[in-house]
Amino acid sequence: MRDALAILAKDLRIEWRTREGLSSVFVLGVLLVVVLTVAHDPSPETAPTLAPGVLWAAFVLTGLLGVQRAFLLERENDCLAGLLTAPLDPAAIYAGKLAANVVLLAVTQAVVVPLTGLFLHLDLVPRLPALLLVCLLGNVGFASLATLFGALATRVRAREVMLPLLLLPLLVPLLIGAVQATRAVLVGGLAAASGGLGVLAAFDVIFAVAGWLLFAYVVRD
Amino acid sequence: MVGPPLRAEGLARRFGGMTVLAGVDLALETGETVVLLGPNGAGKTTLLRILALLLAPTGGRLLLFGSDAARAPAALRRRIGYVGHEISCYPELSAAENLAFYARLFGISEAPARISRLLSWAGLDGAGRRPVRAYSRGMGQRLALARALLHEPDLLLLDEPFSGLDPDAVERLQQQLLELRAAGHSILLATHDVERAAPIASRLAILHRGRLAWVHDGRGADAAVIVAAYRAVVAERV
Repeated sequence: MRDALAILAKDLRIEWRTREGLSSVFVLGVLLVVVLTVAHDPSPETAPTLAPGVLWAAFVLTGLLGVQRAFLLERENDCLAGLLTAPLDPAAIYAGKLAANVVLLAVTQAVVVPLTGLFLHLDLVPRLPALLLVCLLGNVGFASLATLFGALATRVRAREVMLPLLLLPLLVPLLIGAVQATRAVLVGGLAAASGGLGVLAAFDVIFAVAGWLLFAYVVRD
Repeated sequence: MVGPPLRAEGLARRFGGMTVLAGVDLALETGETVVLLGPNGAGKTTLLRILALLLAPTGGRLLLFGSDAARAPAALRRRIGYVGHEISCYPELSAAENLAFYARLFGISEAPARISRLLSWAGLDGAGRRPVRAYSRGMGQRLALARALLHEPDLLLLDEPFSGLDPDAVERLQQQLLELRAAGHSILLATHDVERAAPIASRLAILHRGRLAWVHDGRGADAAVIVAAYRAVVAERV
């Protein structure tokens, strides 16, 4: 746990100092939300059904950009060798990187969610606690899988192409669950979203445990 | 874990269909500096990465401090310092921040004092708060050495430490390595730079095509003799 916290603190410090990941994610997030909402120009009645698609499409695309950078930090100057020669359980590296990705993605969501509400003229405040729960579960599931595949992609050529190719097909169940849960929350409230939330929670547990167990095989030669 | 720092028996490594190490036998005693020479592609980096527990061998046996390296890697890592081709320090952090991060990972309790001492030893005390991105190659190399020494390892593995350094920096690094040897550290240093490595060696070996092709006990290790042996080994096996 101590090692994972050290890695989390180090990643956040670097991100805060450079703001490279945050700024690119912010710009892309705003652009996607603007394009997707302006393209559809929904009425107040159709906005709650459009919002989940806008929200999660923007989140996945910006998130891909963010998680790719998390492992590029370790490639520069071969810092990964520094981590792997320290007396760490590789699972601690996974946990630290996962936590850093969750924080970065949460910042992305903090930008994308209000903008989606703004552009679609949706009052999200009454639904905010339930919406935050869906976002958190979606965030952790996405980050669990993306952290594992982000580490894998840094070891191959054409890594910018490989990460989406490997990751997106496996994210389909998560995205279906997230979109269904978000729509249910916006239309009916938290109780109506139980099915989607169950899918998200199951996805989170399965891929966080898989990442924890498999990470050592992914990062070591 | 007691025993000699390093015993490698028939270490082999294949990448796909390519054999990079074809059975290396190598031993290192406490306080000894072994210089591993070899042309580019001889397998030096692969051997050092295996010894640093970054890479698993596909054959042979590796004992570190008397323990099977495959069985107790976390405890063994505390006793090994490794400097690879790159410095393994984050460019956006300062030298002091990098060392503090690694000190946390190694669980070093008196980290601030040790970091300050190491920065001073590496000649970086004036630059310790500057981001590593602004460092010259020589400063980076000295920081990499400080990072590898942070947890006071018994065995130091150095891969091409003289690469890209100017003559002053080489001389300083040679002096630092002699100090480490005098302090009882065991050092395995891989290089293809015979003249720079010979003065600090207690033993020399030439790795060529994945095998140890020549070993010299280091006494009277005249650079000209070693260069002649090196050329003979490389030429006869081409």
